[in-house]
Amino acid sequence: MATAFKDETGGAEAPTQSEAVVIRFAGDSGDGMQLTGGQFTLSSALAGNDFATFPDFPAEIRAPQGTLFGVSAFQINFGSSDITTAGDRPDVLVAMNPAALKTNVGSLREGGLIIADTGEFSQRNLDKAKYTANPLEDGSLAKWQLMAFDISALTLESVKPFGLGNKEALRCKNMWTLGLALWMFGRKRQPIIDWLNAKFAKNRVLADANIAALNAGHAYGETAELSGPLKQYNVEAAPAEPGVYRTVTGAEGISYGLVAGAQLAGLKMFFGGYPITPASAILHHLARLKEYGITTFQAEDEIAAIASAIGASYAGQLGVTSSSGPGIALKGEAMGLAIMTELPLVIVNSQRGGPSTGLPTKTEQSDLYQAIYGRNGDAPMPVIAARSPADCFNCAIEAVRIAVRYMTPVMLLTDGYIANAAEPWLVPDMDAYKPFPVEFMEHVPESGRFLPYERNQWGGRPWVKPGTPGLMHRIGGIEKAQNSGHIDYSPANHEMMTKLRKMKIDGIADDMPEQDVTLGEDSGKLAIVGWGSTFGPIHQAVRRQRAKGQDVHHIHVRNIWPLPRNLGDLLKRYEKIIVPEMNTGQFKTVLRDQYLVDARPLNKVSGQPFTIAEIEAAIEQALA
Amino acid sequence: MNDMTPIKATTPKDWETDQEVRWCPGCGDYAILKAVQRTMPEIGATPENTVFISGIGCSSRFPYYMETYGFHTIHGRAPAVATGVKLANPELDVWIITGDGDALSIGGNHTMHLLRRNLDCQIMLFNNEIYGLTKGQYSPTSRIGTNSPSTPYGSVDRPATPCAFALGSGARFVARGFDVSKNLPEVLKAAHAHRGAAFIEIFQNCIVYNKDVFEDFAAPKGAEDQQLWLKDGEPMLFAKGLKGIALDGDALELKVVDVVDGDWQAAGVIVHNVTNRSIAHMLVEMRFGEFPMALGVLYDDPRPTFNDAVVEQNRAVSEGKVADLSNLLVKGQTWTVADGPEL
Ligand code: SF4
Repeated sequence: MATAFKDETGGAEAPTQSEAVVIRFAGDSGDGMQLTGGQFTLSSALAGNDFATFPDFPAEIRAPQGTLFGVSAFQINFGSSDITTAGDRPDVLVAMNPAALKTNVGSLREGGLIIADTGEFSQRNLDKAKYTANPLEDGSLAKWQLMAFDISALTLESVKPFGLGNKEALRCKNMWTLGLALWMFGRKRQPIIDWLNAKFAKNRVLADANIAALNAGHAYGETAELSGPLKQYNVEAAPAEPGVYRTVTGAEGISYGLVAGAQLAGLKMFFGGYPITPASAILHHLARLKEYGITTFQAEDEIAAIASAIGASYAGQLGVTSSSGPGIALKGEAMGLAIMTELPLVIVNSQRGGPSTGLPTKTEQSDLYQAIYGRNGDAPMPVIAARSPADCFNCAIEAVRIAVRYMTPVMLLTDGYIANAAEPWLVPDMDAYKPFPVEFMEHVPESGRFLPYERNQWGGRPWVKPGTPGLMHRIGGIEKAQNSGHIDYSPANHEMMTKLRKMKIDGIADDMPEQDVTLGEDSGKLAIVGWGSTFGPIHQAVRRQRAKGQDVHHIHVRNIWPLPRNLGDLLKRYEKIIVPEMNTGQFKTVLRDQYLVDARPLNKVSGQPFTIAEIEAAIEQALA
Repeated sequence: MNDMTPIKATTPKDWETDQEVRWCPGCGDYAILKAVQRTMPEIGATPENTVFISGIGCSSRFPYYMETYGFHTIHGRAPAVATGVKLANPELDVWIITGDGDALSIGGNHTMHLLRRNLDCQIMLFNNEIYGLTKGQYSPTSRIGTNSPSTPYGSVDRPATPCAFALGSGARFVARGFDVSKNLPEVLKAAHAHRGAAFIEIFQNCIVYNKDVFEDFAAPKGAEDQQLWLKDGEPMLFAKGLKGIALDGDALELKVVDVVDGDWQAAGVIVHNVTNRSIAHMLVEMRFGEFPMALGVLYDDPRPTFNDAVVEQNRAVSEGKVADLSNLLVKGQTWTVADGPEL
């Protein structure tokens, strides 16, 4: 989608028409690039563009200034047609210092535009970025268009009337840059000004200074227009389904989906969490929604977070916990307890690069085995994977539905990319969702005997809230006798209970949608089978290759466990299957195991999402 | 549920389940179970509102024998599960059953935080100074030199003092008892009456792996000399009133003094004040041998509970707000796409 950005010479007055543009803001972690990107995203949304974003920031909170590892970047792909990835290669790179230039320029499209702040290209900063010569001067950036000017000095000039200290004044650089970007794409400044006024409501001077910087950046675009490659571009609004839209990140989508799920189930929610990147955002969101009957509990550790959620489920609320790989590993034993005691629970895993601490702020899909298999004993558990920030909402509702209907923990997979990235979201109409109210057992059943492990039509057991007279009973992690729930170690009982637990989970496949073909037909030469956040690049790659006449189809699996009933038959109708994953081939192995199909891997484990080009190349190779 | 049903008085029998109790014959756990079943009717508890939550270990089988709601969880995690239960339904009367390994080794972190937060519940720590269920390894409360399968040449690490751990973690109620003590129900009642986390260490005889380690003070013979039963407002006397505990003001520590002619004031014997945290710190640290074993309610000074604070904050910040999800979803900046010809 990024290819339509054209560089036309001359005709500076008429904005260049572009279908889609990829812009990357890169600077020091202290430069406020995430904020700049976020506000630029908002302006794209308000301009009616479709978009996808990719925030990429270092694991260190305050990495030493000017260093290569301290670079923080925010990429947005926006356009007038369907956008599903943050874009392969930026058309515009805003580099706030030498380190940002060095770490990002390599991915800039040939002929793309570099906007650099010369004020930061001091010898000291060049040294820190390990440049032997100033790249702005030595001709090494010749493949690209370069627009280098002293943003630092221009910012200082623009905020002079406010009497800020040098350091504080320079902090306004990001707003100056944003102002310039707004000008480039013909965006309105008012929403950003409103936001600044709200953000600095308690500090008038800072609000005014930032607004002045924003205006100055914008004005600079107009006056500098005559010189060099800086010009205006026009990106039309994207056609979209009518309705009210907002931007949503995966963490927001999950949070709202959990709230919606709890409401549809008629339950209060208890969320037990422990701080971990990139999952904490969910805890932060839910902590502000107490009026929705949500109790959030920041536990002493990951184990307490899940154990308290299990306790809350036992007491009759919807227990939810969330974490990322290392935390999920710690929760493993407790997941087994929820499986054994057959209590509902939702476990959100925002995956990141592993193993161990791995890459806390980078994305990966390498916890798939952990999700499906990562517990002691035969411990089957449903797994659902969200494909995009907006998809998180529906996936969270589905996770809640399965958890309460089948009395089981459910794992909901997202990843660092989905959790932080934003995209436009057609706000759902809550009336369109069918409630699935939970019925607690409140009396001894007609049969005259209360059996805590008697199974209902879903294979689940009754949910009885402590406090209910006459239904006192004991549960626990020790093997329980079918029906009575008494401790029972007998071989026959364990065999039966193991099978019943498995059957219950397998049976969920009858209660969920069959696998569809996301793009293409239900048979053909090549199927690209994905799950989770690889949706965007796979979708675009398949679309482009199909436009070129290739016999390629996209299947995206949401229900990872149990798998959709028809998936095996569907896969067997394609000659070739490629499974792109941000791991070393986990889902590929699952598919081979389950269906004996010749699924081939396409793997990427660099902590970065797939590019469309990488998947297109794999398609071309397979069909060559 | 019928709110009009008058609460029926229960008898100890009502608190027994039909399950066969499976502790070793002679295990101290039996006496504790009986004491609890005797106490429940006296405190006016109702089986349906009572929840026993345990971890893993011999003692953690306890919930199966109580005709209440019960949750036998995983090793060390009972306090965390209990926190979720209590926050989800603060009306429930929550009892945690744990052991020295469960509460102080694998679950030490949760025990500490539950006490720090002051969750309203009772924590009964059965201290037998050994891992019973796993066949006799030394535990975090085993004395130095304990011979066990994992320490065949004797343990070399220092034991933890459960009540000192509890107090150090911020507990507002700390008590001690032992399995066969006739005073145990009184201690349990005091714990139940305390609003907040009530920590009770119960010395429990594991007759298989650590037989009679508490005999030097728990045995009926000589009990008078070896047990100091603390009572709020009463002097700290033992040995039939012939000895007492006084404060050595210079060294700032406790000392044993002789009481002549019953004149304990003259001997400087301290009057027990359950709200005195400084003295409580000294009582939990009293070395047995040099001193008698301090038993009963060592410290009891309630302060606001975690669950009350959570409930209150949930209520306060929800006040005046409408939980309308459709509104929430369109909060912040939105834009509208109108029906257009391009579709
Ligand atoms: S091993 Fe010890 S503590 Fe466990 S039941 Fe037997 S006697 Fe009791």
